[in-house]
Amino acid sequence: MPKVVLKLGNDISTDHIYPGRFMATVLPTETPAFAFADFEFNARLKAGQVPNGSVIVADNNFGCGSSREQAASCLKGYELTIVAKGFARIFLQNSCNLGLSTVICQGIEASEGDEVEVGATEVVNKTTGKSFPITPLPPARQAIIDAGGLIAYTRKRVLQKHGVTAA
Amino acid sequence: MAGMTIVQKILARATGRPSVAVGDVVEPAVDLAMSHENAALVLNQFLDVYKGTGLEPRIWDPSKVALIFDHRVPAESSKTATNQKKVREFAGAQGVTKFHDIRGDEGGICHQVLVEFGYARPGQVIVGTDSHTTTHGAMGAFAFGIGATEMAGVWALGSIFNVEVPATIKVVVNGTMPAHVLPKDLVLYMVGKLTAEGANFKVIEFHGEAIRKMPVSGRLVLCNMSVEAGATAGIVPCDEETLRYLRDEAGVADRLAPVLPDADAVYDQVVEIDAATLAPQIACPHTVDNVKPVTDVAGKGIHQIVIGSCTNGRLDDLEIAAGILRGRKIARGVRMIVFPASWRIYRAAMKQGILTDLMDAGAVIMNPGCGCCLGIHQGALGDNEVALSTTNRNFKGRMGNPKSEVYLCSPAVAAASALTGVITDPRQ
Repeated sequence: MPKVVLKLGNDISTDHIYPGRFMATVLPTETPAFAFADFEFNARLKAGQVPNGSVIVADNNFGCGSSREQAASCLKGYELTIVAKGFARIFLQNSCNLGLSTVICQGIEASEGDEVEVGATEVVNKTTGKSFPITPLPPARQAIIDAGGLIAYTRKRVLQKHGVTAA
Repeated sequence: MAGMTIVQKILARATGRPSVAVGDVVEPAVDLAMSHENAALVLNQFLDVYKGTGLEPRIWDPSKVALIFDHRVPAESSKTATNQKKVREFAGAQGVTKFHDIRGDEGGICHQVLVEFGYARPGQVIVGTDSHTTTHGAMGAFAFGIGATEMAGVWALGSIFNVEVPATIKVVVNGTMPAHVLPKDLVLYMVGKLTAEGANFKVIEFHGEAIRKMPVSGRLVLCNMSVEAGATAGIVPCDEETLRYLRDEAGVADRLAPVLPDADAVYDQVVEIDAATLAPQIACPHTVDNVKPVTDVAGKGIHQIVIGSCTNGRLDDLEIAAGILRGRKIARGVRMIVFPASWRIYRAAMKQGILTDLMDAGAVIMNPGCGCCLGIHQGALGDNEVALSTTNRNFKGRMGNPKSEVYLCSPAVAAASALTGVITDPRQ
């Protein structure tokens, strides 16, 4: 059962998630080293103490600020799930495009160490026994996820365009 | 049928439809696609899109792509220099004409270059891999930030996928701004009122006599920081001032196609602000919406003052600072760093003696760029230091040190505080 490995408040910015000074690192294979680089959580990530599938719980406006895609790719590298009361627009888009699991759950109540089950329609906190409904992602975002991410979607569109031109 | 907001009308045009409704998912054609150094990541994703297709990666229309180096100029590391080299070579190979390298004749911060060179125009759809792409709403364009992978799709196909037509908040600013109260004070006040997520997924459309009387330089500040309320875009409908700027300052002689909101457009919310009642504002650590009148924190000690960035590094900002500092000295123990927003501004400030005035007072003049604002290089803060900055963000760690604090203010507050070494109301 996945555990909550980090509990955060409102307005967690992309500067917090992926500090600007590491932006010259762009490859999704290299960005995870700098996830939450200025905070203790980075040491836990790098020490391998955070199993894939672990959950970060946050309040409103998670991922506000910069459009830097590294903020999503660095978390995707650890296959984390972000359960938040709300996400900032660009971060949500980047996450859906790259396949980082983002779950909108306006009522979420959880503490670090709680075991949580993230289902299709609700998040169940197994430690407290409470469950919280999930707000579906906007259809425009879900469509990208269903297409297998934005690279795959764009590739398909490019091929379609080329096919039409060639015909 | 109800009227449309300016962004609805721009999206209708860009999708070839008579109208679009809020919530519609559309794929507008892109008129201008901007990236800075993160074009290195866009390029990586762009090449990935073509992998295994047997097709040669080509930008759909190289005349509509702008690539501008500003975040790390000149390069602060070999890694950055290598990224810049890859982008430079790619721009050359693809025939990207709006490429602004590290050059004193045409370089600068992307959001200033786009307006100075007349690239950003009324009625356009502009996307940029930078959240402050909202800046270009000041020209009457629908301009918004996107991620690098989304930009790879734009480079390939020339349209932006799955855009949800946003609702719009109408902000009406009437009255005359008092002396020493600047557009930065207005936008900080607005962000404080709306909160950091108050406009998330929405557009802010600016109206009112205070906006009509405001020059483009001030409108750029409002649209630039609209994203700090979470807005997808800020936008000022095109008027005589927009056209004057494009003609007289940006040298645009082409016929323009402005788009204006319908008189009966439907807004999500209307916020009215009386400019005459505004006082100088300050955003306190560690969120941009933690806004107070400057008087509430007057006397707070500071270590570094920053004047510059895509928010407040324009000629009028530097003039205001020089006007306060001319013939006087910055307090000992405080360092002031000035980053003009572009080399054109740098040169104009040099010719007018503004840079000399600032240097005589003790300021350090840096080359145009973003480095200091987001803690990349030039102007990092020490542990427990406090910065007072005309930039746009004060999140924990923003200027490179999570043990420091950043306060955001206007150039007038910054300059007045430089003289005293403590946060100071410029009206004193």
